[in-house]
Amino acid sequence: MVFNSEMAMETEDRRPKVTMEEYKIKENPNDYGFSDETFDREKFKKNLQIIPVKRVDYELEFDIIGLTPAIANAFRRVMISEVPTMAIEKVHIYNNTSIIQDEVLAHRIGLIPLKADPRLFEYKLDEKDEEGNELDTLEYRLDIKCSWKNKDVKDPRNIDAMYKNHNVYTEHIKWVPRGKQGTLFNESQVGPCDDKILISKMRPGHELNLKLLAIKGIGKDHAKFSPVSLASYKLLPEIKLLKQITGKDAYTLQKCFSPGVIEIDKGGCAYVKDARYDNCSRNVYRHPEIAKFVELTRIRNHFVFNVESLGAYKPEDIFVEAVKILKKKCVELLKELDFDGK
Amino acid sequence: MPAINNDEFWYDNKTLRKPIKPLEEKWKIVPAFLAVKGLVKQHIDSFNYFVNEDIKNIVKANNKVISDADPLFYLKYLDVRVGKPDVEEGSNMSSKQTTPNECRLRDLTYSAPIYVDIEYTRGTQRVVRKDLLLGRMPVMLRSSHCVLSGKTEHQLSTMNECPHDPGGYFIIRGAEKVILIQEQMSWNKMITENNGSQIQCQVASSTHEKKSRTNLITKHGKYYLKHNSMTEEIPVAIVFKGMNVVSDQEIMQLIGTDSETQKRFAPSLMEAIEHKVFTQKRALEYMGSKLVTKRFVTASSKYKTPADEARELLSSTILAHVPVDQFNFQMKALYLALMVRRVMEVEINPSSIDDRDYYGNKRLELAGSLLSLMFEDLFKRLNWELKSIADKNIPKVKTAQFDAVKHLRAILITSGLESAISSGNWTIKRFKMERAGVTQVLSRLSYISALGMMTRVNSQFEKTRKVSGPRSLQPSQWGMLCPSDTPEGEACGLVKNLALMTHITTECDSSSVVRLAFNSGVEDVKLLGGDIIHQEGVFIVFLNGNILGVTHAYQRLINIFRTMRRRGCIGAFVSIHVSHSKKSVFIHTDGGRLCRPYINVLNGLPLVKQNHIEELKIGTRKFEDFLDEGLIEFLDVNEENDSFIAISEKDLDPYKTTHLEIEPFTILGVCAGLVPYPHHNQSPRNTYQCAMGKQAMGVIGYNQRNRIDTLMYNIVYPQSPMVRSKTIELTNFDKLPAGQNATVAVMSYSGYDIEDALILNKAAIDRGYGRCLVYKSSKCTVKRYANRTYDRIMGPMKDLSTDKIIFKHEALDSDGIVSPGEKVVNKMILINKEMPTVTSSNPVEQKDAAPQTMSFIPVPVSYKNVEPSYIEKVMVSANSDEDFLIKILLRQTRRPEIGDKFSSRHGQKGVTGLIVEQEDMPFNDFGMSPDMIMNPHGFPSRMTVGKTLELLGSKAGVLQGKFHYGTAFGGSKCSDLQDELFEKGFNYLGKDVFYSGITGEPLEAYIYSGPVYYQKLKHMVQDKMHGRARGPRAVLTRQPTQGRSREGGLRLGEMERDCLISYGASMLIMERLMISSDAFEVDVCNQCGRLAYSSWCHNCRSSTNVAKIAIPYACKLLFQELTSINVIPKLKLKNY
Repeated sequence: MVFNSEMAMETEDRRPKVTMEEYKIKENPNDYGFSDETFDREKFKKNLQIIPVKRVDYELEFDIIGLTPAIANAFRRVMISEVPTMAIEKVHIYNNTSIIQDEVLAHRIGLIPLKADPRLFEYKLDEKDEEGNELDTLEYRLDIKCSWKNKDVKDPRNIDAMYKNHNVYTEHIKWVPRGKQGTLFNESQVGPCDDKILISKMRPGHELNLKLLAIKGIGKDHAKFSPVSLASYKLLPEIKLLKQITGKDAYTLQKCFSPGVIEIDKGGCAYVKDARYDNCSRNVYRHPEIAKFVELTRIRNHFVFNVESLGAYKPEDIFVEAVKILKKKCVELLKELDFDGK
Repeated sequence: MPAINNDEFWYDNKTLRKPIKPLEEKWKIVPAFLAVKGLVKQHIDSFNYFVNEDIKNIVKANNKVISDADPLFYLKYLDVRVGKPDVEEGSNMSSKQTTPNECRLRDLTYSAPIYVDIEYTRGTQRVVRKDLLLGRMPVMLRSSHCVLSGKTEHQLSTMNECPHDPGGYFIIRGAEKVILIQEQMSWNKMITENNGSQIQCQVASSTHEKKSRTNLITKHGKYYLKHNSMTEEIPVAIVFKGMNVVSDQEIMQLIGTDSETQKRFAPSLMEAIEHKVFTQKRALEYMGSKLVTKRFVTASSKYKTPADEARELLSSTILAHVPVDQFNFQMKALYLALMVRRVMEVEINPSSIDDRDYYGNKRLELAGSLLSLMFEDLFKRLNWELKSIADKNIPKVKTAQFDAVKHLRAILITSGLESAISSGNWTIKRFKMERAGVTQVLSRLSYISALGMMTRVNSQFEKTRKVSGPRSLQPSQWGMLCPSDTPEGEACGLVKNLALMTHITTECDSSSVVRLAFNSGVEDVKLLGGDIIHQEGVFIVFLNGNILGVTHAYQRLINIFRTMRRRGCIGAFVSIHVSHSKKSVFIHTDGGRLCRPYINVLNGLPLVKQNHIEELKIGTRKFEDFLDEGLIEFLDVNEENDSFIAISEKDLDPYKTTHLEIEPFTILGVCAGLVPYPHHNQSPRNTYQCAMGKQAMGVIGYNQRNRIDTLMYNIVYPQSPMVRSKTIELTNFDKLPAGQNATVAVMSYSGYDIEDALILNKAAIDRGYGRCLVYKSSKCTVKRYANRTYDRIMGPMKDLSTDKIIFKHEALDSDGIVSPGEKVVNKMILINKEMPTVTSSNPVEQKDAAPQTMSFIPVPVSYKNVEPSYIEKVMVSANSDEDFLIKILLRQTRRPEIGDKFSSRHGQKGVTGLIVEQEDMPFNDFGMSPDMIMNPHGFPSRMTVGKTLELLGSKAGVLQGKFHYGTAFGGSKCSDLQDELFEKGFNYLGKDVFYSGITGEPLEAYIYSGPVYYQKLKHMVQDKMHGRARGPRAVLTRQPTQGRSREGGLRLGEMERDCLISYGASMLIMERLMISSDAFEVDVCNQCGRLAYSSWCHNCRSSTNVAKIAIPYACKLLFQELTSINVIPKLKLKNY
């Protein structure tokens, strides 16, 4: 029987797992986590696998297998808060007659993601230096005024015909090159990531005249410096059917999981097609009679990473940068330890 | 055999008929109702009634002023009307129409002129003058006289007014004032009560002229009349005799002739005999001897005998509301007899005593009726003053003839009304009524707080008394007053709020009602003998507390009245109900009754059908149409309790039901209506939310940026709640929200979340969650003085040595006022004003002072706050005294910090305990980290199941892209929400797998998480934090000052001191109480024990025994003060 041979194969599976029970996540009774393992570099090297899975636009999915959660989490944390980006930090307001308050406007502008590659800039170290220099600061101008386009239009729904510049978008931000910056970059390389981010709405007579200064910073300081909109992992889910489920129950079972997870073969028998993209909603437990024959587990050392870049980096670069930063931290720590020892 | 369709043959077990299908979207009637009545409409209706009708009645009632000095002189008011609100501009007395916002900004009163047409005599001439100013009437916003009434949203926006602003308040000298609804006992109604040991019947009479209180009390089995114009209680039989009901038989016939009554009343009859009172004359003389001596002897009282006065009193003051014509006391005697009867009934059957807290016995007084009291009082005073001026001036021979118009002091009424509304002191001289706190400043913390204030009902009951009766929830409150919305603490249960569909009646004309009553079988009691009213089957008919007549067929009377009301022949707010225990039918047309609309039911079927609702939906039907067609009618509390009302269609009983509830969620008020799923919460939690919703920051109105309030809180990115209720949409809370939908994970984290503290995600704050704007304003006026000096504003001052503007003046513009956009820090000057040292206009002084240069002292307006602010706006204008008025609006933007207070909509408040970096926050399979973590210990004891449902509803709503409803007694069902989550591939219980952000491992428990609407409350750490090392001291005692605003010290109080004493830390006590406070070195002469100075004892004239010691300065002060009253404290010093 096919079913049995599969079972036999499964029993050979020595991967560490946690079980998702109805009310809690249960660890395997003879799994002590990774606490009693001594770190063996060779073994680590042998077990470690990094598999890129999917890359769409700015989104990247990849698997890391054979890692402790501490290290996987360190990558995640560094990606969120320690990979630097450029973001607008100082807003000089020469004129703001729009209804948005100066502080709120500055806050909104600060959150605009910039395309500028932070690797090409330095951290601004001198706090007192307001303006910064060409190596650490990017300068932009936002100079826009709303005016009447056609005063005869009375229909309030047709505001586009009525006013000019009544919506201020990121596309209105103009880069002002400093020093040699003009020769190194062009506007499309350092400007905002998206042209159509709405900054403010205005009416005739409203005017904005701003100088924006962007510097390099990290997400720990402010979320605007974070290069990712998402950097996270989940443990690879695994679903096991302990008994053949057929007929009506098979369809109920299928519904309890994300689409594509459970399929039904010609014989009307449910089988697990691919548990990878299951939401882990555990909705089978709504049907106790079926749930008895379903085992929901997750592989403890198989991390499915998802990274979504905001645009400053390619997502894979963010991971590489994160690894570099982590490495640098480790080197620094080792140095400290060495120093202390001697 | 054909299959039986179960639905077809399904019947109700009880009534053996098919169940009635519930009307779909019946709630659509509620917004239709709110468009014409309810919420703040009662204020506006009552004001409109006053300004359009009542004011005319008042003037008509007092329309003639005559003089004792000249019989030919008269002044007659022909007409009165109120104009449109305007302001007087400049010295040329021209006026221009104004808008409420202009008045708010310029500190003016939003008022309209009251014009009168008068006819009077000047000498021998008869003069008619039209459009004479009588005074100015503060105008209620959105009333018929307000410029905002009937304006479109666009027109309102051009006037800088918010379309959602409810109106119903006044603007007095720039401040928004609300006249709160006052709750009081009903007038003209017999109320029996048990006053400790004795039973009494009390009637509070009220007419336009008089207000008095009459008591009928029992004492030793005898009945007495008690009134505060009498020094002692008058035996009731004597009162009857005084009212020309002389024979004992007649008296007994009025009270009742059965043997039990006779037995009970005999001692009272005997008492009259004991006092030898047998005739009316004798009775009046007896009463005349018991009169309270009048303080002022008026002209008329000089030639009146006490008996005459007693008769006058009996006809006009005692039971004032019962009309007595030509001293015909028949009706009053009957009324008094009924009072006796009522007391006897209670004596026999104590359970028939009236319930004072029953809402049928209550009347609510609104702005209109309060203003009309005040206006009438002022108008009478104006006329009285006019008369006394006329009396004085007419006899004098003058070149110009006496012209009454010149003495019509409009300012009397203007300032009288203005100061009454602005101070809230309602002093009505003629009723000797004095009431404080009638008005309050409209709270503009949030839109809901303003709206909530308009529905507030203030009870006259003293707050200090510890009685539970008036404070507890009354069953008759159902549907009229919100069961949840009441403050905690001393005003608990005394301050209430109206429910959503409550309307308060305004007075309506009763003449048509009288006619209808007599046409439907009511017989005039005057034509009948006394004992007829006590016959079997005879019901007495009361109209507004007065006896109208009797009827044999009360049911027919009631049926006719109800039919006529539904047909629209009599007013919709005329109520009729029967009391079997009192054998009476009561008809009411008076104002101040609480009432509420209900769907009429005929033969167990509601008259409102599905097609009516459909018509309502497409707009071909309005709420009035339901009323006009008799589908819906208003019931007041008394009639409601005489009806059989079904809450839902399934409760309809074909034999009993008379009415059907429109929507049960309308029993809640505006504030309680914000709570989603309130019917799943523990009741006090809803009450807490009602209090907290008023402190939530949000949008206060579309015109918030055009206002300059002393304090205004806004949030930067307000959101509409994901889980709404019908009330939220009806009150426009979704358009003017106060809160944000935060993704909440219910779990414990870090230990900084104990005692309801919340954990916030720093990234969420960075992105704008909970960010708020705080606006404060400063103002000053630049005055001109009588001696032709004036305040001036000076430009910024420069430092002579550096030629730079000094720090304090850095933000100033060249005109001496800060410019918009500037940042101001502590102690900076906002307006550099200077005032002349001499402002008096003493002519002697002026002669000397004139040639000298005027000297000025600086009186700058400075900024006092440790945190800096930005200048939002500067306004320079003129106020009503034509002084310059400068207002400066300051702005702060604050991001949430540890200690800021947040609350969900379920009375679950908490302060921020910790702000956590995003990477440390737990995250789920999708990589989402919550904005907020709430400790699950908040749930078991609070039992706010509504909150868990809100979370589920929000989560399902977010996934589905729609709003869910948590309307009271309805809303989306839990199982539906679960199905929706299931459908979207989420756990149906709302619990997700989370990973620890710190270790990276999955958490053992699944975490209940999803969006919950959170409000940021106005209490912020920045406004409260306080500490001091050194600082200012009070001048007199040299002790540290008190309070945060004065940078005061933190008091080590008596109890803390006791702790230190019991612990034995004497040095610490010394340090805290003296050294760190007001230590002072004094010289003490050890010989005489008195204080010495500079080592010299002035008493002993020596310095031999003088020693220095340290004592508290306050102690030294005490010694000196005691010395000054000839008590000499002496100090004995000894080495220790």
